[in-house]
Amino acid sequence: MAANALVEVRDLDMAFATGRAGGKPMMQQVLHKVSFEIGKGETLGLVGESGSGKSTAGRILVGLYQPTGGSVRLFGRDITGPDRRSNLAAVRARLQFVFQDPHAALNPRMRVGESIAEPIDIAGGRSRRDRSDRVRELLEMVGLPRDSAERFPHEFSGGQRQRIVIARALALQPGFIVCDEPVSALDVSMQAQIVNLLMDLQAKFGLSYLFIAHDLAVVRAIAHRVAVLYAGSIVEVAPKAEIYAQPQHPYTRALLDAVPRADPFRVRGPVITGEVPSLMAPPPGCRFHTRCPSAMGRCSVDVPRLRETLPGRRTSCHLYEPASSMELSDHVEH
Amino acid sequence: MTPAPLVSIDDLTVQFRTDRGWTTAVEGVSFDIGEGDCLGVVGESGSGKSVTALSMLRLHARGTSRFASGVVRYAGKDLLRAPEGDLRAIRGRDIAMVFQDPMSSLNPVLTICDQISETLRLHQGMSRAAARGRAIELLDLVRIADAARRVDEYPHRLSGGMRQRVMIAIAIACRPRLLIADEPTTALDVTIQAQILELLRDLRAELGMAVMLISHDLGVIAEFAKRVIVMYAGRVVEDAPVDVLFRRPVHPYTEGLMASMPSLEGDAAKLYSIPGRIPDPDEAIAGCRFGPRCAHAEPICRAAMPELVAIEENHRVRCAPRSRPGGAG
Amino acid sequence: MTELSVGAGPVGPIVSPVLAPRRRFMLLRRLLAHRSFQIGAILVLALTIAAVFAPLITGIDPSAMKVRFRFRPPSEAFPFGTDNFGRDILTRVLYGGRVSLWIGLVVAALSGVCGAAIGVIAAQFRALDAPLMRLMDALMSFPAILLALGITAALGPRMESVIIALTVAYVPAGARIVRASALVVRELDYVQAARIAGASDVRIMFRHILPNSVGPLLVHMTFVFAYSILAEAALSFLGVGVQPPTPSWGNIIAEGRDYATEAWWVMLFPGLGISIAALGLNLLGDGLRDVLDPRLKGAG
Repeated sequence: MAANALVEVRDLDMAFATGRAGGKPMMQQVLHKVSFEIGKGETLGLVGESGSGKSTAGRILVGLYQPTGGSVRLFGRDITGPDRRSNLAAVRARLQFVFQDPHAALNPRMRVGESIAEPIDIAGGRSRRDRSDRVRELLEMVGLPRDSAERFPHEFSGGQRQRIVIARALALQPGFIVCDEPVSALDVSMQAQIVNLLMDLQAKFGLSYLFIAHDLAVVRAIAHRVAVLYAGSIVEVAPKAEIYAQPQHPYTRALLDAVPRADPFRVRGPVITGEVPSLMAPPPGCRFHTRCPSAMGRCSVDVPRLRETLPGRRTSCHLYEPASSMELSDHVEH
Repeated sequence: MTPAPLVSIDDLTVQFRTDRGWTTAVEGVSFDIGEGDCLGVVGESGSGKSVTALSMLRLHARGTSRFASGVVRYAGKDLLRAPEGDLRAIRGRDIAMVFQDPMSSLNPVLTICDQISETLRLHQGMSRAAARGRAIELLDLVRIADAARRVDEYPHRLSGGMRQRVMIAIAIACRPRLLIADEPTTALDVTIQAQILELLRDLRAELGMAVMLISHDLGVIAEFAKRVIVMYAGRVVEDAPVDVLFRRPVHPYTEGLMASMPSLEGDAAKLYSIPGRIPDPDEAIAGCRFGPRCAHAEPICRAAMPELVAIEENHRVRCAPRSRPGGAG
Repeated sequence: MTELSVGAGPVGPIVSPVLAPRRRFMLLRRLLAHRSFQIGAILVLALTIAAVFAPLITGIDPSAMKVRFRFRPPSEAFPFGTDNFGRDILTRVLYGGRVSLWIGLVVAALSGVCGAAIGVIAAQFRALDAPLMRLMDALMSFPAILLALGITAALGPRMESVIIALTVAYVPAGARIVRASALVVRELDYVQAARIAGASDVRIMFRHILPNSVGPLLVHMTFVFAYSILAEAALSFLGVGVQPPTPSWGNIIAEGRDYATEAWWVMLFPGLGISIAALGLNLLGDGLRDVLDPRLKGAG
């Protein structure tokens, strides 16, 4: 664990109550013992399909939800413990969020300049002149004409709106931005522009990103390390080059294999069967074992632990359990 | 002699009524679909791919849309001008369609059985019992486990992938000769997408039907289609067999699109992006609509809209510089 | 090649699109082009102008009694005829319009504002939601007229009582409408963005939720305007509304009821006023609804 990690997430649990069955609320375990870190200037790609819990994780990190277990430390402050309110208030200015849907991320009744300036407004302490200067500066930074500030969101295309959202995210010079599928709703040519913009901004301002996506190819362009989530648990974390070249976890492999390539001659492996299990009644043992081509007897009984399998790589799979392996989770064997 | 195509679209132009008058959504679209063909149509938003598909079955609202020109030939009829009764007989029976959003394509207050049976009883006059039996067969065919039980469930109990399979079951119920799939996997997870595409491939082989798959994802097209049509801003810009298109794309937009696709192999450097943005349908652009964004544009590109020209057998391109004799890139 | 504006941004060369020229006031334009809205607006405007400029149109005092001219049918001297006191009906209808339209306007505005506040607060604070909405349900379970009757009887029959009574009667519907929209809006991304930035509840309610929830309310308010005019007429008819000699459309009709067979014109013209006002407002509301709802989703 890096000593100066900007973001430290340990054993994060999140359960939502969904309806009642027989008098007791039914719980959906959306996240289970999720742990990762992000350093300064680094991008961690968080990859998963529906039901993986990736969006929930992102929102917990910016204080929108309170986790039901585990801890989150941002800039050294614990935003989930007893002092969470004051800690969150202290680091709020350094946190930001970029949303998936550019059409829902901006208040249609506010001028673009006002939307961008809102974080500055809320934080307070700047004169009107300062604010509009900063807004113009931000618009230029994201590649939009300066007179955009007077316009309304509906006058812009999806890709342009996403730039506005990014401008708003940069308003208070954050250190850490959670990007929740920021390009999924955009056309391919626009995706590339936005991803490049994000990378340029990272290089210039030393930003850290948690880049949440389901598109492995886009993540590959922007991330330094990649964490794969399945049904609420992290199954693999590794540096980018290694995870794409030699995926360890069977789910990661299946995921990579399933991504269509622009190559009509590609020979692909057998398509993975089944679907993501229900989070209210997950299968016993490893949650992936029902679909895993390499499942063993043990997999339906024991939940695998996230262990370091190679330097800098962690995988949670019974296939990779040599006798002597470094345990990274602190909690006691259950 | 090549057999007559199953469906032939010739110079299709569709316009929609907006606040500012009639805007052209697609113009001059021409291509053929043969029996058993596997056609991929790729394009971004505003390319007109969905509009074209809906036009083939004349599904646009009557008052706000019009066909300014063109013919859609099927079985000796012009589907754009045939009486509504003829079209109703064709929809769902000869030509079927699967849409993008599985969450809203099924009626939430009817069971799966009801929805599949509807098309069977309508087109084949089946009795209720016979239709139910066939519905279960179809659910098996689209690989839904436990079909006999699932058939009586309501859509909300099914996941997105399963709903899409039900949509496919409804579409193939009457063994159509052409299945149009408009972004059938876009709203689904990647692993489910792979399953659905495999299913479509297998069904095509088993039922001998032609499939027209529309997608914005070049990877999906590459892995599924045998022939590809690339559309941009309402026009067909390239039409080629899949291996030719991906090995030697000719139109600059096709090249740009392929270059912007983030890849899982090779150098993970900065992504290429085509400069500029897709034009609005009512934006007036002189000549080729890709011109303003094209690095290879020449004065002739602004002079007039280029024609769709065959530069080699089975390979057509709408680009003046590249369709000159000896000019193909 | 058409050049897009290329600049050297702080983070490298940027090809920045030149934005399309602004088409301002799209919504207003669409509204003005809508047939129903046009007709409704003309009707309402005509009535309003007539009411506002009543003294200029006729120079007559609405209370001036000219017993010599009682029960005259419509003629050149008295375009709408006279009543049993010889008062000019045209003048009374115009002045009555002032009262009725004013009541309608105030009730619509007040009930809209109160309803919006309650709706937004209920949507924002879970703890207050249930009690507020039960209160609204309780109010709604009374037929509006009975509720209004009760309140005016308690407060004494005057214009102010009518306004209060009708406002109370119509607040719950507005609150429900706004609450429904607000519940949707509060889950939208831009509200989450404000929350992430640390916005207070007040700020979120007033800058984000309220402006985006009032569309349906505005449409509803035009109908409340119309209902209020009708309700005022009913209350006056029953004797608990605006008291004579101050004319209101309702009490003119009430007074004319006794002479319905002899002087039909006394009831007809205020009745026409009410009908035209209600019709005009309904058409206005239709136009507003068409323009505000589905188009907004298609914009951009």
